[in-house]
Amino acid sequence: METAKNKTNQALFNVVLSLADSTLILSHRLSEWCGYGPVIEQDIAMSNIALDLIGEARNFYDYAAKLEGAGKTEDDYVYFRESKDYKNLLLCEQLNGDFAHTVVRQFFFDSWHIHFLDVLRNSPDETLAAIAGKSFMEVSYHIKWSSEWVIRLGDGTEKSKQKMETALEALWPFSGELMEATEDEKILIAAGILPNFEQLKTIWMEQIMSVLTRATLEVPTGKNTVQTGGKTGRHTEYLSYLLAEMQSVQRAYPGLKW
Amino acid sequence: MMTAPNRSAIWQILERVCDPEIPVITIADLGVLRDVLIHEDGEVEVIITPTYSGCPAMNMIAVEIRLALKAEGIEKVKITTQLSPAWTTDWFSEEGKQKLKQYGIAPPVDASPHVRQLFGQETGIQCPQCGSTHTQLLSQFGSTSCKALYQCQDCKEPFDYFKCHR
Ligand SMILES: [Zn+2]
Repeated sequence: METAKNKTNQALFNVVLSLADSTLILSHRLSEWCGYGPVIEQDIAMSNIALDLIGEARNFYDYAAKLEGAGKTEDDYVYFRESKDYKNLLLCEQLNGDFAHTVVRQFFFDSWHIHFLDVLRNSPDETLAAIAGKSFMEVSYHIKWSSEWVIRLGDGTEKSKQKMETALEALWPFSGELMEATEDEKILIAAGILPNFEQLKTIWMEQIMSVLTRATLEVPTGKNTVQTGGKTGRHTEYLSYLLAEMQSVQRAYPGLKW
Repeated sequence: MMTAPNRSAIWQILERVCDPEIPVITIADLGVLRDVLIHEDGEVEVIITPTYSGCPAMNMIAVEIRLALKAEGIEKVKITTQLSPAWTTDWFSEEGKQKLKQYGIAPPVDASPHVRQLFGQETGIQCPQCGSTHTQLLSQFGSTSCKALYQCQDCKEPFDYFKCHR
């Protein structure tokens, strides 16, 4: 009994850290657009979405610190871990590419995020439920933003459509990881703490198909679980570069404060 | 030095603390100030809730709360951020909505579509300059997390709209 409980707690810590890492890394990617957006309104939109995601990440890191009980802060997790310790989705660390790539990456993520949070709001884990309830309303604006851009660019000019097709093909192999449960996630799904991933998979696919149809785009046909492993620490080369930049100041001057 | 802080006196002090980004409204108008608890050891605990998860104004609000209480001689203060129940624009006071409008920001409209509705925008948003409801969304995201950017089709003024959040 005691070991089962320990196992659930360890799984919970890993999963909370993974959620924190995914939202942080995607937030960081979006923040790279700040000052470079195609038009000012979209520059602001991406910065706003980044801000919401970093707020969510902070809530998850805060909870992870409580679960670990080692007196750590969010900064310890963010600035002093190596890429192999990061548990974010591979999708989140992919490069911004052109605007179409950023929109598709966001669209795949949001289509999962909104439904994941919707169920998590009712989790018996009160802290997870509170964080999800808070972020759910914010993410409802993210999904509107990314879906509208998928439609506008897909059903736009020949050039914008072609760029969207390229982005869809490039990012599709990373999208399956969103709903592919790790061993830790399986423990929490069985305990009723996390949503059922099989149901999420169906809802996600319906969302993707309905928006892509409106955008006159085809759903890529290949398997979408080709690139996975981020949630257990196997990353693409891009994460190390991102971390090198994000962590450089704290690595050079540990504990430095503003 | 106030010897025995009482809750309603403290509440009155905190009611005067303004939002750092929209200085005409207070944290009470906004619904960010949730509760005040006075513990047996005399410690004052102020419970606040963020509007948005990543709202950078929250740190500033915590500083302002400490300063406001310190000015009244209350130094033993703990600020607790509570996420649940999640803040909604329904907590906005009527007075706060009027103040927003006078300041040039359109207040949240109650009858907006459900957040789950993927397409279609909020309608009936009134231009704070001329009062026309003939207005158009320019961007769902504005100068801060809580605002969207609209434009009036009659007087042509662009304006901030405090988005409905529930
Ligand atoms: Zn007007």
